[in-house]
Amino acid sequence: MTGWRVDVGFAGGEAEAEVARIAAALRDTVLGRLRRRGAVVALSGGIDSSVVAALCVRAFGADRVLGLFMNEAESAPDTARLARGVAERLAIATTDEPIAPILEAVGCYARRDAAIHTVIPRYRAGWQCKLVLPCVLDGERLRLFSIVVQSPDGEQIVARLPHAVYLQVVAATSFKQRVRKMLEYYHADRLHYAVAGTPNRLEYDQGFFVKNGDGAADVKPIAHLYKTQVYQLADLLGIPDEIRARPPTTDTYSLPQTQEEFFFSLPYDQMDACLLARDHGIPPALVAEALGLTPDQVARVYRDIDAKRAAARYLHAPPLLIDPLGIPGGWGP
Amino acid sequence: MYDDPTDPQRHLRDFIVTNFYIPDGQPLDEVTSFLDAGIIDSTGVLELVAHVESRYGITIADHELIPSNFDSIGALARFIQRKRGSDGGSNDRLAR
Repeated sequence: MTGWRVDVGFAGGEAEAEVARIAAALRDTVLGRLRRRGAVVALSGGIDSSVVAALCVRAFGADRVLGLFMNEAESAPDTARLARGVAERLAIATTDEPIAPILEAVGCYARRDAAIHTVIPRYRAGWQCKLVLPCVLDGERLRLFSIVVQSPDGEQIVARLPHAVYLQVVAATSFKQRVRKMLEYYHADRLHYAVAGTPNRLEYDQGFFVKNGDGAADVKPIAHLYKTQVYQLADLLGIPDEIRARPPTTDTYSLPQTQEEFFFSLPYDQMDACLLARDHGIPPALVAEALGLTPDQVARVYRDIDAKRAAARYLHAPPLLIDPLGIPGGWGP
Repeated sequence: MYDDPTDPQRHLRDFIVTNFYIPDGQPLDEVTSFLDAGIIDSTGVLELVAHVESRYGITIADHELIPSNFDSIGALARFIQRKRGSDGGSNDRLAR
């Protein structure tokens, strides 16, 4: 094999055809199989939730889509404004559900901060924080999480996280995604709608979600699409330029954090290409040439893809039964 | 239990078997790769690092967190021996 061309995106009229295909599949799934009459979409101001909302409007009409705004104390400052802009563009009904009071009550921030305090005693309420991983491209280092904290006057401290502290920080932070999902299902039940999840292929495949948090949904309309393709649909569906130009963020920790630095280690277009190449058995040397990386770097990305897939098996697993029941109609495992 | 201070392999093997799931038929010798065999994932590595630091009284620097030091019982035992030789890690935690 000589030469490999990165070819992740839709060509010609494929994007328009894909929009029509997804809209038809959503109608079949939500109206026909799930017997619900519309969709709830949590709007984050990011590209994925914006595209999912627009696809739901294509499928069900604007009067059968509810957009939810669920900001919390540490949401990025422009999240609410961007999410509102999408809802206005799509002319859908919306509801504000600020989740900070629920997160305070359940101890999300306090439990996380208590864990961080054990490794950085100076850390206290009012400081900002985020988790970081070494970049997969930078040599053979094992990828262990560190915490970065920043005082109100800008001083930063970095510390590697012991196992128990890491687990508690993640467990406490995951309240954010799980509280949001609880509210999505409240509104879905109230309106007899389905909950539309917003993961793209990278997130779904690599396990970049919280189990029973943003990983939960009745239907996931873009889980088969590479991020490159999601951007193409966004263009077609009229998602505002400002959202299409914004780097994908986690919007989970109080310090700004892109998905690239937190999880993927590569810009989304390169990550798309590596995932596609990994699944098609393209040798690292050819991918490296096409992406401007070294063969060793691509080999490390391949190993990281495999490791994340292994870790994602638990996240994707439904509740497991000791004896499968084989219920007629086929919803049982 | 008392470790032979010159060879932590037996203790490391006990720790791995006790704390991680080893499927029936999965060999675990001194060269079995933890990551390739699916015995330890990235969260498990955190647990292993914390345990080694605590038990052997050593501090592991970021640049030492590489597979060639951590990915098998043999590699890890040799790394611990080197560290204890170079930073004088304490022996008083070994007689647990």
